[in-house]
Amino acid sequence: MTDYNFAYLDEQTKRMIRRAILKGLAIPGYQVPFASREMPMPYGWGTGGVQVSAAVLTPQDTFKVIDQGADDTTNAVSIRQFFERTAGVTTTTRTAEATVIQTRHRIPEEPLTEGQILVYQVPIPEPLRFLEPRESETRKMHALEEYGLMHVKLYEDIARHGHIATSYAYPVKVEGRYVMDPSPIPKFDNPKLGNMAAIQLFGAGREQRIYALPPYTEVVSLGFEDHPFEASKADHPCAMCGATDSYLDEVIVDDTGGRMFVCSDTDYCATRQAAGHRGSEAA
Amino acid sequence: MYVAVKGGERAIENAHAWLAEERRGDTTIAELSVAQIREQLSLAVNRVMAEGSLYDPDLAALAIKQARGDLIEAIFLIRAYRTTLPRFGASEPVDTGAMACDRRISATFKDLPGGQILGPTFDYTHRLLDFKLAADGEVPEAPTQAAQTSEVPHVTGFLNREGLIEEALPDDTPPPDLTRAPLEMPADRALRLQALTRSDEGFTLGLAYSTQRGYARNHAFVGELRIGTVPVEMEIPELGFAIEIGEVTLTECETVNQFTGSKTEPPQFTRGYGLVFGQTERKAISMALVDRALRWEELGEENVGAPAQDAEFVLYHADNIQATGFLEHIKLPHYVDFQSELELVRKLRREAGADDAKEAAE
Repeated sequence: MTDYNFAYLDEQTKRMIRRAILKGLAIPGYQVPFASREMPMPYGWGTGGVQVSAAVLTPQDTFKVIDQGADDTTNAVSIRQFFERTAGVTTTTRTAEATVIQTRHRIPEEPLTEGQILVYQVPIPEPLRFLEPRESETRKMHALEEYGLMHVKLYEDIARHGHIATSYAYPVKVEGRYVMDPSPIPKFDNPKLGNMAAIQLFGAGREQRIYALPPYTEVVSLGFEDHPFEASKADHPCAMCGATDSYLDEVIVDDTGGRMFVCSDTDYCATRQAAGHRGSEAA
Repeated sequence: MYVAVKGGERAIENAHAWLAEERRGDTTIAELSVAQIREQLSLAVNRVMAEGSLYDPDLAALAIKQARGDLIEAIFLIRAYRTTLPRFGASEPVDTGAMACDRRISATFKDLPGGQILGPTFDYTHRLLDFKLAADGEVPEAPTQAAQTSEVPHVTGFLNREGLIEEALPDDTPPPDLTRAPLEMPADRALRLQALTRSDEGFTLGLAYSTQRGYARNHAFVGELRIGTVPVEMEIPELGFAIEIGEVTLTECETVNQFTGSKTEPPQFTRGYGLVFGQTERKAISMALVDRALRWEELGEENVGAPAQDAEFVLYHADNIQATGFLEHIKLPHYVDFQSELELVRKLRREAGADDAKEAAE
């Protein structure tokens, strides 16, 4: 595909996106409006992440794409192929080898390092959206740091269910200022957001917003003193690699209720298996 | 034995091959040409141009062919292509008063300068399936007449002379560009009209219909509906003056809406406006009704809480490419989120004693 510019977007568009990214990095957790373009893939399928990746990729980069933690889910394959075709960058499935990682719904298990960029695909960037549908209102609430509504929602969860009934896209507060949606990652991943060595960029294409966390930013998951935030995962080891510290997918293996739990991060699981770790179902 | 699911790549390739085969259909049937689609499915082509925001009948026809007739998919192909095109500049505003009209009707005056021209409309056809078309498509030649050369002035201009309709004052403020800046509220009328002209026909129709049924009713008359071609002129910097670079077919609808006055405005007729690429009159009329409903604030009307009055609701949900993308994304894997929900529901059930109760019942 030589008819398109490197990484598909024209340089003016990339410059516009980079400006939004820089502004986002300067004001961690603040949602920067940007003139999102129509991409050759549908809105809601990672167009925000794709535009951010296109704006930060250089020909020397090594690119990894995961969806649900896995490199081989169909949409991850599709986005990886898009950048192989339009940017010709080297791609990898190895977390440690990647310089730019685009992700949907997970943070890799292996800690990221300085020099890496993690790009999140974001469906609804506004953490207050389901409490207040109007953008004009929620922007005001952020400006005035008016987050009482969110705390009331969490409190009502506790009053009704005994727990905060949010298991993914769990809201966080960034550097004591902006309440931010971490994208629909499981709350298991929330503790990795804070103090991360890598740059974290969040792109919401349809909603035309970009936000960011510079390295080593303070990110606190919302909670109460007597009901603190609690990361959780299925209480099993991985059946393939035996890991007890990774987020697990539940897989139904027969029609009589049989199930097993395996790492959602395919690279983490494969790397552990290659190092000789074995779970209960490993061959 | 569980084997981690691999082969997303091969599945995608095979799916695309199958799709291509299905698109072509039975190969013993002659293939459709792009020109056939352009000429014989021209209203579909018009819709794709309008909502795709790109006036190019050949590309729209190609998109329809590639999309197997799924018009939203075709609009999507056009939008994605359109974004990649370089911009040379902006044209001069087109003068719809100088339109060479194929159709021009007014529902407010029986006769008027320029006359009523029914044009190629379905309006008075009886909706009976024409089985002759299934056999052969030959059509008898339509009678012709020399094009009229007289002026076809806008109907609202007649009302304006009497001061009966609100003035539409010329405004040279450059309009915002929806495709180059993020949509932010409050949106001025130019931006609202820009969003509405490319908005989904069905969504706009539904909203317009809701105003007729009482959700912010605004008593619209079709003051004028005109369809025809207008020249497009552009100023070329090297020349220093505007030259004609082509022509486009447009549908323009001006509604005349009853208005009893408000604190700030005297009793007068007010305007709703629709302007859409191609012959797209259902869309243009819908657009005019929705435009009028969205103007409640500037006219000092009451907000009755109707959906069509709510600019944020209308504009954020009118784009079918955004809507279909987000709607359809729920087909993508959500294993991780679903897993976290499973754990939460199990935990809540455990604590509520629901599983014990179920076991006891069994």
